Amino acid sequence: MSKHHVSTTINGEPTEFLCEPQLTLLDVLRDELHLTGSKEGCSSGDCGACSVIVDGRLVCSCLMLAVEVEGHAIETIEGLAQGHDLHPLQRKFLEHAALQCGFCTPGLLMATKALLDRNPNPTETETRYWLAGNLCRCTGYDKVIRAVLDAAAELRGE
Amino acid sequence: MLGYTAPLTVEEAVRILAGAPGVAKILSGGTDLLVQLRSGRSKPDLIVDIKKIPGISGIRERDGAFVIGAATPGAVIGECEALQRAWPGMVEAVNLIGSTQVQGRASLAGNLCNASPAADSVPALIAARATCVVAGTTGQREVPVESIATGPGRTSLRAGEFIVEFHLPKRPPRSGDAYLRFIPRTEMDIAVVGAGVSITLDTGGVCTDARVALGAVAPTAILVPEAAAALIGRTLDETALAALDQAARRACKPIDDKRGTIEFRTKVAGVMARRAAVIAYERAGERQ
Repeated sequence: MSKHHVSTTINGEPTEFLCEPQLTLLDVLRDELHLTGSKEGCSSGDCGACSVIVDGRLVCSCLMLAVEVEGHAIETIEGLAQGHDLHPLQRKFLEHAALQCGFCTPGLLMATKALLDRNPNPTETETRYWLAGNLCRCTGYDKVIRAVLDAAAELRGE
Repeated sequence: MLGYTAPLTVEEAVRILAGAPGVAKILSGGTDLLVQLRSGRSKPDLIVDIKKIPGISGIRERDGAFVIGAATPGAVIGECEALQRAWPGMVEAVNLIGSTQVQGRASLAGNLCNASPAADSVPALIAARATCVVAGTTGQREVPVESIATGPGRTSLRAGEFIVEFHLPKRPPRSGDAYLRFIPRTEMDIAVVGAGVSITLDTGGVCTDARVALGAVAPTAILVPEAAAALIGRTLDETALAALDQAARRACKPIDDKRGTIEFRTKVAGVMARRAAVIAYERAGERQ
């Protein structure tokens, strides 16, 4: 099977990989590059557990072929914390107990980062609609929303 | 064995599509195609990624008319203020498709060519009198959006053909459009019924032009000229709205499924058409 050579940037690091055309970005992130923070939930773009940011846009990495990221910049959950310092979003998720099993959390954090990069002061309604594509089956959403709004306030310096 | 290629021009893409042995599939946003690949519903031999063709994604305004590239994702359409001002109904329809994640990828041409009867953008595009430019081995042809889907999952596109761009006409003054859908929740669902309405008024508030299109009530989205005729020559009084409602219901040929019965879909089609018409009328009145 012919493999494609792909050059991309992941969390600021130039990265190259070889992949077969049917592999998704999620397949390559997890199985080739061992970035296993992004999770495979539904493989149909419904659950958001595989959310990553490509060129500033939130996407489901299960709905992109890996060959499509040639020349593009990817942000994954592995790039969120700076060394041992958690990102304010990560800290607020912990403080507000916005997770139980944690499977949806990387996707929720990346989705939230994409929201706050675009809109530092979202309303609760805007936040709920923005996160409608991220499913959580244990905690529910209220704690997540509280964590996001609190993190947004901290990032605004309030 | 699956192949992947990303041509750099429309001509090259046509050549590849027409000459490919086996089944070739166009990839733009991939939000439908990748799900079909995964489930085995689609088993192409070759994927032709059109996103590297210059201009295939993006919105251009030309003398008040808009050209929207086939691969333009929903999020880009939602962020275009000029398009939002001219065609708020079409933009709201596009932005109802899927989640934030899906909006970042899902393309306008993909929503049309996936040929779901419930595709949200399609009734709004039809109401807007949108056309699409189709490229093929014999050159390019411009066809109305309503001529593309022929049934669930089926299109009129011939072998080697694909959509390059959409055209939305210049708006006369006092024009407005709207799209509404019924779903049993508020987000992340498939239309049980969708209705797109576009209206132009004269200075006295009388409707001089109208287009009404319905989704999810027939094998394809449908243009309903009888419903538009109920509005033309009238203000949006109760008589006109009742006639619109009736005409919309009569045009329905829905299926019974878990999302809605034939009876429910038919009734709701009238209600959605009516409500969308009221919003389109208000928007038209605000554009003196």
